[in-house]
Amino acid sequence: MSNTPAELKYAKSHEWVKKLPDGTLLIGITDHAQAALGDLVFVETPKVGRKLAANEACCVVESVKAASDVYAPVAGTVTETNTKLGENPELVNDAPYEGGWLWKLQPDKLADVDGLLDADSYIASIA
Amino acid sequence: MLKATALHAEHLRLGAKLVDFAGWDMPIQYASQLDEHHAVRKSAGMFDVAHMSAVDLHGARTREFLRLLLANDVAKLKMPGKAPADAVGVGKALYSCMLDERGGVIDDLIVYLIAEDAFRLVVNAGTTDKDLAWLRAKAPAFGVDVRHRSDLGILAVQGPEARAKVDALLPAELAQACAGLTPFSAAWLGDRFVGRTGYTGEDGYELILPQADLVAIWTDLLAAGVAPCGLGARDTLRLEAGMNLYGQDMDESVSPLECGLAWTVSFADEARAFIGRAALEAQRAAPPRKSIGLVLEGRGVLRAHMAVRAANGELGETSSGGYAPTMKGSIAMARVPGSAVGPYEVEIRGQWLPTREVKPPFVRHGKVLV
Repeated sequence: MSNTPAELKYAKSHEWVKKLPDGTLLIGITDHAQAALGDLVFVETPKVGRKLAANEACCVVESVKAASDVYAPVAGTVTETNTKLGENPELVNDAPYEGGWLWKLQPDKLADVDGLLDADSYIASIA
Repeated sequence: MLKATALHAEHLRLGAKLVDFAGWDMPIQYASQLDEHHAVRKSAGMFDVAHMSAVDLHGARTREFLRLLLANDVAKLKMPGKAPADAVGVGKALYSCMLDERGGVIDDLIVYLIAEDAFRLVVNAGTTDKDLAWLRAKAPAFGVDVRHRSDLGILAVQGPEARAKVDALLPAELAQACAGLTPFSAAWLGDRFVGRTGYTGEDGYELILPQADLVAIWTDLLAAGVAPCGLGARDTLRLEAGMNLYGQDMDESVSPLECGLAWTVSFADEARAFIGRAALEAQRAAPPRKSIGLVLEGRGVLRAHMAVRAANGELGETSSGGYAPTMKGSIAMARVPGSAVGPYEVEIRGQWLPTREVKPPFVRHGKVLV
């Protein structure tokens, strides 16, 4: 049974979003997604400063099996990426909501986050 | 409806993720594919390969038949010396392609010499039906009986500790014969057959056993600490070992000279007109395409069917590619025009990335060779 923390928001395409105190968003992929992908061996995060449209494919996670796109849950600008993933892509498998985060985003409109799924709706979408 | 091997319930019990492989419901991984890969490189792992087929050939002219049907020459297989116990048999094995008249690869297989009038083939799962049809079409002229041994199942046990783990579970006289096996040879007792062969680049066995025995030996090996491994780890292991996968690195549109298997074609006996020989002779001096090994210089993952560009502009494609867990990098096998000259670049998501050309295998016996 995969872990889906109640305090986060989710996209149907398996990203999670956490609001940080400074108004930026922390973004990663869900526990369900990492389990389905299998062992990750390479992560290509979007460049800092890149402007993303909502639902834009902007990041690639590669497991032993296949490459998969990760999408921007809301529109905004990339402010930071998780540089630890270069050497340790398995952080996404081991701690998808903690050390395995992918990038930080300054959202165009913070209110866009409210339009994402809550944990129960996400769980229902993957059931 | 997918077919299931005798070990299917064991896979479910272990929580394996199952996929359709050539019409069979097979485990791709149990827990971590990387852990399974490393278990085989460092200790021992086992693979249900009971979807593959053993085919027994009988008849006084079987050797002559196989000298026509196989590109390698079974004349290299000498009648075995005496086994340590009367009831135990021992024999040698040979890897070969079976070609069509155009020199295309119908299948790649292992052939074992059992007796002067009896040989055993081990063939791929996805090709079993067409192999049997091909063999049966040619066999009557030689009086050869072709028997698909669907009563037998195959279990591969691979890794530096694999043979000792298996030997401990075998009847004493068979274990004694197995302990003395050289690579690419086999020992058997009745219908229990042990080949010192594999598809991982490590030492180990491929066991061919009565279907009814598979669950018991699987359970005993599990208890002995042998890791259950899925087709995912099997693929990364064979790729690191530089071994071709039928249907991916070669098929009927490719000759063995174009997929790195020239070493398995025996031209030595000029009088031996094996099927496909004329086509191979015509391209022997300069095969139209060649297979190369590539190591990605930077980060990223090479996959099958990526575009490959040679320094002299010639274009090709990766046939197999992936992450190589032992190397902590990515490798591929690619097919390019025979006239291509390296270095080669591979296109990943619109970017041409540099690679280093190497001669496979990439990894053998736990060591990185390139």
